[in-house]
Amino acid sequence: MKIKTLVSRDMVDSLTTGGCGECQTSCQSACKTSCGVVNQPCEKKAEEDK
Amino acid sequence: MIHSYTLNGYHITVDAASCAVHVTDRQGMDAIALYEDGDREKATRLLQEKYPQVPLADITACLNDIDALRAQGKLYAPDVYQAALPRRTAPTVVKALCLHVAHVCNLACSYCFAGQGKYAGAQALMPYEVGRDALDFLVRHSGTRRNLEVDFFGGEPLMNWDVVKRLVAYGRELEKQHNKMFRFTLTTNGVLLDDEVMDFCNREMHNVVLSLDGRKEVHDRFRVDHQGRGSYEAIVPKFQEFVRRRGHQGYYMRGTFTHYNLDFLNDILHMADLGFTQLSMEPVVTSPDNPSAITQDDLPQVFEQYERLAQVMLERHREGRPFDFYHFLIDLGHGPCIHKRIIGCGSGTEYLAVTPWGDLYPCHQFVGEQQYRLGSLLEGITNATLQQEFGRCNVFSHTECLQCWAKYFCSGGCAANAAHATGSVTGVYDIGCQIFKKRMECAIMLQAALDEYNENAR
Repeated sequence: MKIKTLVSRDMVDSLTTGGCGECQTSCQSACKTSCGVVNQPCEKKAEEDK
Repeated sequence: MIHSYTLNGYHITVDAASCAVHVTDRQGMDAIALYEDGDREKATRLLQEKYPQVPLADITACLNDIDALRAQGKLYAPDVYQAALPRRTAPTVVKALCLHVAHVCNLACSYCFAGQGKYAGAQALMPYEVGRDALDFLVRHSGTRRNLEVDFFGGEPLMNWDVVKRLVAYGRELEKQHNKMFRFTLTTNGVLLDDEVMDFCNREMHNVVLSLDGRKEVHDRFRVDHQGRGSYEAIVPKFQEFVRRRGHQGYYMRGTFTHYNLDFLNDILHMADLGFTQLSMEPVVTSPDNPSAITQDDLPQVFEQYERLAQVMLERHREGRPFDFYHFLIDLGHGPCIHKRIIGCGSGTEYLAVTPWGDLYPCHQFVGEQQYRLGSLLEGITNATLQQEFGRCNVFSHTECLQCWAKYFCSGGCAANAAHATGSVTGVYDIGCQIFKKRMECAIMLQAALDEYNENAR
């Protein structure tokens, strides 16, 4: 009877840490028709990880 | 709100508000469902009845784990975002432009959403001055945003290649003057690709989107030139060389599937077997009465294709020959913040399309529809009411989204699809919703499988 929780970003925390707007606009990517935003990585986190 | 499903042997529960993902066994998934109301005694009893072989200690431990996840806000999490950001609308800065450098095309793809590149209007190439003004407009309205995106689109952008190159050079000057970083993207059908284009793109384009529908007979069904000749044979070798030269730089093979190739997994695998590893396949955008349109009756087969695609991707990953599929890309740990997930694509506000004449539209899909014209580079935004409507459009604007588990993954979907299907940008294109949710289930399952694979590898 097991449960494993995958590592995921804290959405409540991102209320205060997020919102910089530097991430890619969805339609600048591959699709131009039907994507959602979740395909877009966070630019701020990418910068922090460097 | 939770969403539980089983796919490829993985039992997965997604917590809608926190976007947390839990991978369980069958019993664990049932425990999550039965304990949602917090009635410990009832949950214990029901689990003992359903799983008499499971020791009480295991049931207790599982419910304890669920209690901890509930306390951490990762299960049954309340949706606090609408209250925290009640008037969250798209920002007033512009950060991305889709430059229609050509309203003309050297192919005559009959399914083209853009009317073979002319968007129901006159043929035209964007003069350099209009493009230059567009980049100035973008910088002027970008506020403090550093990353700016410009997509060279059409029609076929390579038919106006000299202007594209001059605009990239101008953009680089603006970067230095205004401390900005342009990310240029080029979308092309490949017909005019040559060494010079490839080399320039590899120096300057952050991403290139290469239109290929898959197998030759599928690609050449629609993607023909003005004499009706298929383009597959001409473009595939060029795409292969282009991608080889790009090395690790970004690209996507971007295919369209229609009612005529509901077995589109074969087209995706064909592209993978051609050596392409960054793949995207989109459902056709067309009117519902077009014979190529994806219908409700087609969806079971479409879903099955996505599920099998995810399985094949896992197999190939294990075999050491992986490929990426755009719609299955998801980084649970580094994905967008809740602000982005509420706002969505930003069309009409932070993302605008510019026609060869300098007219502004909310995105490329609205170009040519006069009721959606926002203004022009010369006049600025003249239809403020329309822009405000797009600005207010977010995930909370769609009634159907409020009860959807995938809302913070999808963000309300494509505004153009919604408007064309329902007459309103706050509507939803139902077939698009169903497809998105299936793709998201597959994407999350892939993450669960890769997590397990990596763990076993350690």
